[in-house]
Amino acid sequence: MSATTTTTAPAATAPAAIPKAEFDWKPIALLGAVLLAAWPLVGSSSTWVTLSVAGLAMGLIIFIIASGLTLVFGLMDVLNFGHGVFIALGAFVATSVMGGMADWTASESLWRNLAAVFAAMLVAMAAAGALGLAFERVIVRPVYGLHLKQILITMGGMIVGEELIKVIWGPQQIALPLPTTLRGSFVIGDASIEKYRVLAVAIGLVVFALLLYALNRTKVGLLIRAGVQDREMVESLGYRIRRLFVGVFVAGSALAGLGGVMWGLYQQSVVPQIGAQVNVLIFIVIIIGGLGSTFGCFVGALLVGLMANYTGYLAPKVALFSNIGLMVAILLWRPQGLYPVTNR
Amino acid sequence: MTALVLDLKGVHTHIGAYHILHGVDLQVPAGQVTMLLGRNGAGKSTTLRTIMGLWATSKGSVHFKGRQIGGPGGQLATPDIAQLGIAYVPEAMGIFTDLTVQENMVLAARNARRAAELDTTRLEWIFGLFPALKKFWLYPAGKLSGGQKQMLAVARAIVEPRELILIDEPSKGLAPSIINNLIDAFRQLKAQDTTILLVEQNFQMARALGDRVAVMDNGRIVHTGAMAQLAEDEALQHRLLGLSLGAHQ
Repeated sequence: MSATTTTTAPAATAPAAIPKAEFDWKPIALLGAVLLAAWPLVGSSSTWVTLSVAGLAMGLIIFIIASGLTLVFGLMDVLNFGHGVFIALGAFVATSVMGGMADWTASESLWRNLAAVFAAMLVAMAAAGALGLAFERVIVRPVYGLHLKQILITMGGMIVGEELIKVIWGPQQIALPLPTTLRGSFVIGDASIEKYRVLAVAIGLVVFALLLYALNRTKVGLLIRAGVQDREMVESLGYRIRRLFVGVFVAGSALAGLGGVMWGLYQQSVVPQIGAQVNVLIFIVIIIGGLGSTFGCFVGALLVGLMANYTGYLAPKVALFSNIGLMVAILLWRPQGLYPVTNR
Repeated sequence: MTALVLDLKGVHTHIGAYHILHGVDLQVPAGQVTMLLGRNGAGKSTTLRTIMGLWATSKGSVHFKGRQIGGPGGQLATPDIAQLGIAYVPEAMGIFTDLTVQENMVLAARNARRAAELDTTRLEWIFGLFPALKKFWLYPAGKLSGGQKQMLAVARAIVEPRELILIDEPSKGLAPSIINNLIDAFRQLKAQDTTILLVEQNFQMARALGDRVAVMDNGRIVHTGAMAQLAEDEALQHRLLGLSLGAHQ
């Protein structure tokens, strides 16, 4: 077929009066309301700023980890409870890479420090992506369409992965110190904002922007969004959705690896159980956001991050319960999550 | 003799424990509109889904232009069947409601990576058939009315030339004026030598479009012949289609 390319795309001729998709602002408003409501409760503006930045940083790291999982579920109905193993692998790979680049992390130069961090992230993403490819082929593929078996075998996969990590790196906690120039805080007025958290927010926003671009502006992204809605129709149009799914699985695993590095640096230490610890949080996030929805996952992750930090400060005993409470409240309001994917 | 585009021989389909098709023999000649009629539950939709590979052919064979696409030993996957040049409009339409009309069309056009790469001549032709699609081009497809969604579903199937189009009950629940639009669209497609296999309960549409007709009952073809002959023979209509015909006229 001849693809006639002209400058007058039909989009340009569409009448301006026809509205585009109406954006649902309510979940964003909820995010704003949580931020504002916490201000008087916390009392001090400087503490509020510190907590909010910490919450946003934590939320964005969780988003990076959870974004792949929500698409994997949306595309193929696969419940991957083993997602945590990619987080753990990413974090441990970072300890080795940054340990091996001790000269760079101990340097007083910001650029050398950042180079070490980014090198650790790239290697961790490659390792987690490679593990994701093997995980999909060996563990997930035999159990397509069988939810109970998926839960059991992916959890089993994570346990095996954790034990292998113990074999390679040992069972003990390993320190993952921040490079020299990323330690400490910026002090703005009375508020102190940890430097690393600013970096985490920046990386999180870049990943979010890239994901949105890929999903909305590329054909592969369109196929992913369409596949989340109706995979049978995508196949009937002549696209191999399995191949797309493997790509999404590998990309999601690599992002979890990146999230693992960021989470490890956030905690400044890693333990083999890091994946299992974060697993509950990421499932809460993708359920709150609406299964399969990337934007919902983003808003849900920020809500979870903020709630964890505010309640941790205001009422530490409630903090453990706060995210479950948040999930219950949101599901009472919107049973399909903040941004439900239609057709599901 | 007209060449066969599609040839089903003794096709059986099982869905889980259920045996739905019991040896379907169906020939679809090139460049014609073949109607597949029958009561509810006769196996019409299952036949289309089996041709597309969405259900596997458990016995028998499906050939497209002489090449086996379904059946033991030669079952192709749905994407490969589609890539041979077969488009499918399911009864539920399969519209991606979260995507815009434009995005739906870009996905349907395998040769286009973005809207600017769509064949504009063909697009103008489609807009001529279904003006609503031009009006709501950047609108989320989920907001379209039922008739507009059906137009989009058909438009997706014809955004690029395809040799064979399988359409499942396009007139279902639509206003007569929209049905006339669809009839017009299918006539133009036929004039371009596109072969159409159309499942329909609306006899008016079947009579207006059909060259050939196959009637199904209980998972088998029970009658094949010229549409004109069935249209004139009321006794035959009643014997083959019973009340379903009258109810939809």
